[in-house]
Amino acid sequence: MTTVRIPQPMQVYTQDMEVVQAGGKNVRKLINELEKSYPGIKDVLVEGDRLRPGVAIVLDGKISQLGLHQPLSEENEVVFIPAVSGG
Amino acid sequence: MNNPEPLAKEFRVLGTRPIRPDGLDKVTGRALFSDDFYLPDMIHGRILRSPHAHAKIKSIDTSAAAALPGVRAVVTGADFPPIESKMMSQGVAGMINIGDVADNCIARDKVLYDGHAVAGVAADNPHVAEEAVNLIKVEYELLPPVMDVRTAMAADAPVIHEDFYPGAFILPTEKYLPNATRMQMGSGDLEKGFAEADIIVEREFTSETIHQGYIESHITTVKWDENNHITVWTATQGIFNLRDLTAGVLLVPMANVKVVPLEVGGAFGGKERMYLEPIAAMLSKKSHHAVKIALRRDEVLRATGPSSGTYVKVKFGAKKDGTLVAADLHLAYEAGAYAGGPIFLGAISSTSRYNIPNIQINGFDVIVNKPTMRPYRAPGAPQALFAVEQVIDELARELEMDIIDFRMKNLTKTGDLLVAGFPCAPIDTVNMMETVKAHPHYTAPLTGENQGRGLAYTMWFNLGEASSAQISINPDGSVQVTTSCPDMSGTRMTFAMQAAEALGIDVEHVTASVGDTEAVGFSLPTVGSRTTYATGAVIYDIAQEVLGEMSARVALLWETDSELVIVDKGVFSNKEDANLTMSFHEVCEKLHETGGPITVHNSKSSQSFIPGTCVHLTDVEVDPETGKVDILRYTVFQDVGKAVHPDYVEGQMQGAAVQGIGMALNEGYFYDAEGHLKNASLLDYRMPTTLDIPMIETVILESPNPAHPYGVRGCGEHSIIPPPAAIANAIHDAVGVRMNSMPMAPHKVCAAIKQKQAADA
Repeated sequence: MTTVRIPQPMQVYTQDMEVVQAGGKNVRKLINELEKSYPGIKDVLVEGDRLRPGVAIVLDGKISQLGLHQPLSEENEVVFIPAVSGG
Repeated sequence: MNNPEPLAKEFRVLGTRPIRPDGLDKVTGRALFSDDFYLPDMIHGRILRSPHAHAKIKSIDTSAAAALPGVRAVVTGADFPPIESKMMSQGVAGMINIGDVADNCIARDKVLYDGHAVAGVAADNPHVAEEAVNLIKVEYELLPPVMDVRTAMAADAPVIHEDFYPGAFILPTEKYLPNATRMQMGSGDLEKGFAEADIIVEREFTSETIHQGYIESHITTVKWDENNHITVWTATQGIFNLRDLTAGVLLVPMANVKVVPLEVGGAFGGKERMYLEPIAAMLSKKSHHAVKIALRRDEVLRATGPSSGTYVKVKFGAKKDGTLVAADLHLAYEAGAYAGGPIFLGAISSTSRYNIPNIQINGFDVIVNKPTMRPYRAPGAPQALFAVEQVIDELARELEMDIIDFRMKNLTKTGDLLVAGFPCAPIDTVNMMETVKAHPHYTAPLTGENQGRGLAYTMWFNLGEASSAQISINPDGSVQVTTSCPDMSGTRMTFAMQAAEALGIDVEHVTASVGDTEAVGFSLPTVGSRTTYATGAVIYDIAQEVLGEMSARVALLWETDSELVIVDKGVFSNKEDANLTMSFHEVCEKLHETGGPITVHNSKSSQSFIPGTCVHLTDVEVDPETGKVDILRYTVFQDVGKAVHPDYVEGQMQGAAVQGIGMALNEGYFYDAEGHLKNASLLDYRMPTTLDIPMIETVILESPNPAHPYGVRGCGEHSIIPPPAAIANAIHDAVGVRMNSMPMAPHKVCAAIKQKQAADA
């Protein structure tokens, strides 16, 4: 099971849990699994067939470029964060 | 996770100080800036701007303007295709509401700030265009303006947008307040944390809207031809960003838009978006001429993105041994007329440099009747640090601890979890603090009355993400590096240096340039201190491919296997025969007979959230009669990973510090009660000059960044962050008053001193 850190505004969907576990060979499947245990969380993260604009995925401390297609393993830790721009 | 190891290798090129290739052209006026650019059939555009901060547009009559001799075209919002208010994703770089971008370029139904574009005119010369603009009649229905975050967040505040997308962060989709949305982050248990504290400090702070203050205005030339192709010649931070936004607003294919970058006369985040191109393009389409629009300074200040004014409330708790145990922050940032200000970056930079086990950050992105806020070099961070570093200073002094020792007790180190929820990438924060403490400035005696010393510490995170580049090897041994990140700070030379280092040749043989959107592949804009780092990383990778191809050519010449050919410092040799060598130049001379010149192109995404640290130390003298603050001494310490060109790095440190000092002491927009900007000139919007500031000393630290082959960290933004807090702490050290409002102009300092004197009496 992949470890998922839940940002504070989304913990309302995970019964205030900051860290949860879920399976899935990629981020898309992971989110689908999260939705089964924590209904409503998918709508925050996914829009149509893509990661919701403005959401980025940090995989083991590094930002993923692959969005929902990012492959996962049980050793991975995933964090969902806002996408950013700079100055 | 361990601190980064020092780089073992010695560099031949990195760390030297070659003369920048664009320097001579820039100081002799030969460099081609946007205002120097002309086309034979070019005509001139001017823009009519709203004189009101908030109003409905009831009607626009352009007939008199169109009838003026010399006028070739007139446009209003009605000439532009309707855009749904939809989010245009830019991958990990964020998202943009293209509907808001279109509306900001030219208003359709409502004007949302003093200076909002309402119509455009193109004419044979700028004077006719200006006269025509003044003939356009607009009927407005005035609405109450909302000019600051606290007014905007009141429950009964006038509503600026009935509906708006919450902005670039994870949120429920409903609005939190009439003109604001909320972002939250944090961890732990605040109540428990504050219960453990031996000392608690709670303070409120405000700051004004400020402008990036680039010396060059916004100027663009656009041609929309009969084949539905649009070409833009302008100074921009992001050629692909500008291409995509122009295409998105005008509803043309992205491949039909070409952006040609010109020299940039300062930007600092303010030229990363788009203002003029849709109007210039539509005027070009209607007139069948290229159209140039050049903004006056007052237009730049009224209508191009400044940086957020703020209201910040913070509460920190610590134990008597100096351990921070809890922090509660409310950060309200102006977003301007449309959602999407720097709230996320402000929030993560507010406290990431300290380990605080119990922390809650409530960040508010607040819509007000001001121009849309744009990034200004570490967007959001100076305002947050102004608050937090003063409270840290106050806690340390209350506990009678050395101000560096207090910070060292709570430092975020490599691997520690950041407030955003992921671990801090490798960086040596302890060495930064130890270096500052050992520096002579830290212990030099202050010799006069009303003098004080202050310090502020920041950790900022540079971006990485996508960059593209191309390296061409010529038969005469010269090398051409072409990239797609505009040069704002000498990055062409840093690309040439990194290419020379990687190829093992002298930098004199390398020329670097910036191509247009049809020349080289996609790069994100020159933003977020990413360019030397991310584009340098892809240049390194391409150089390895080049050396591989050159090795194959050498193998061909030697009639041997390519596995036997090795290359080091520009010399190719044979593993099995020490007498067989060829120099880089000699291989180049044989390119035509071994397959032709070599060109390699590649794209790469580099890691983001690379930490960089910075400490500023300053001595000030305060005149208690006038409140004027003179800076006596200023030292900047910054960890840049590896300084590719130390002159440029020092320039970034000093330049950013000066901007932060201006923010701290002088700069701020002044609006009247109706929402009109009253100081829309550089005479009244007071930026520091060389007469205001002493020489800024710089100390470069290098804890290598493992995510870059040469250890480079981004360095362009960090030094704008600490000055307001460092100066505020120095003012307190000098005269015993805490300044809670930026800019800390003389009348405010004077008032604070008088208030203290009255309280002490």
